[in-house]
Amino acid sequence: MSSSPPVKLIGHFASPFVHRAAAALRLKGVPYEFIQEDLENKSELMLANNPIHKKVPVLLHGDRAVCESLVIVEYVDEAFDGPPLLPADPYDRAMARFWAHFMDTKFSQPFWLAYWSEGEAQKAVVKETKENLALLEAQLNGKRFFGGDTPGYLDIAACVLGPWIGVLEEVTGVTLVNGNEFPALCQWAKEYSSSEALEPCHPDRDRLVAYFTENKEKYKMMAKTMLQQ
Amino acid sequence: MAGEKKQGLQLLGFWVSPFGQRCRIALDEKGLSYEYLEQDLANKSELLLRANPVHKKIPVLLHDGRPVCESLIIVQYLDEAFPAMPALLPAGDPYARAQARFWADYVDKKLYDCGTRLWKLKGDGHAQARTEMVEILRTLEGALGEGRFFGGEAFGFVDVALVPFTSWFLAYEWFGDLSVEKECPRLAAWAKRCAERPSVAKNLYPPEKVYESICGMKKRLGIE
Repeated sequence: MSSSPPVKLIGHFASPFVHRAAAALRLKGVPYEFIQEDLENKSELMLANNPIHKKVPVLLHGDRAVCESLVIVEYVDEAFDGPPLLPADPYDRAMARFWAHFMDTKFSQPFWLAYWSEGEAQKAVVKETKENLALLEAQLNGKRFFGGDTPGYLDIAACVLGPWIGVLEEVTGVTLVNGNEFPALCQWAKEYSSSEALEPCHPDRDRLVAYFTENKEKYKMMAKTMLQQ
Repeated sequence: MAGEKKQGLQLLGFWVSPFGQRCRIALDEKGLSYEYLEQDLANKSELLLRANPVHKKIPVLLHDGRPVCESLIIVQYLDEAFPAMPALLPAGDPYARAQARFWADYVDKKLYDCGTRLWKLKGDGHAQARTEMVEILRTLEGALGEGRFFGGEAFGFVDVALVPFTSWFLAYEWFGDLSVEKECPRLAAWAKRCAERPSVAKNLYPPEKVYESICGMKKRLGIE
């Protein structure tokens, strides 16, 4: 069998979206080269391969470019051999895609705002986020991972609730996912963050803390602007 | 009808919703019979709220009572649960499938929101929406390339994702003072080509009706 063309992932260590792509590659056992992108000074390589959105992650597989994190995850699942990331049953696949979509739509904005906003506005987004977290908690339903015994598509999609939660709590002082209200999610976060298969692509905690601390004021300003719209 | 197997498919929709129409077109393209249940969005039914408690939105597909929500997820589900030809996502070609998913996602992220700003906003907001709309349509035309359809020769996933919005082109033209034919002739030709397909002709409403319904929305929101 001919060897597969080289795989490169253009990304940023702090991005959970980039992590999704890296996690998919790791779980499928696909070797790849990681190219760290300077988001303040975007590279020709990234812009040429993602002219539409100009964002990371971008997966390069030979001369193919794939963009958008969840599109990349499904591509990796289909293009490479290895344990399947999505379940086999069409209905289960639809459910996994639904909850991943939920992460990126209904869940995402209130979640970020809950950490970076203040006052009454913050109270409202914290309440909304906890309602959303309860929905995700229910999806775990006694399982170790959303995908069952091993991490899969939805675990990867929900990765922000793993390595990022503790860091965001430390930097902002805001606790959202506590063991009393969300015991299953807390356990999932431990399992996800300590997964041997995913360890090489988990962000370095100290580096992540430094990154979010450095950008704290910027995120607070962005939160203010978002809330005014 | 002799030989028709009851598959237990129901679709909760709203007549003018392009997202619901995607599902109807996909069902027809796959040759699947289903029961259509028009929803009153001003007065949501128990059925809708039970089937989509998270978003409380249409469309919802019920397959033997089990709900699937989000239009593109429904279309992929239909493709996977009923794998008989025609396949909407190209079978056995992961890269072509990735590109199809990317462009369908692009339509979702960009088109409806920009169109809404085009009829809601005035002044600078409107001008920006107009500029963006032209850019979006040109970008989509670029993705279409020289093919008959977005996937090439066969009508597929991206075509299903975008074609309901062709009923909205007239509204975009009137609200945005632009011409799709002039800005994107190949996209306009693609729209005409799609309209010849029974699944599309049957499920899309005339552009004038869409325009009327937007005018109705504007009135209800107190926008002149």
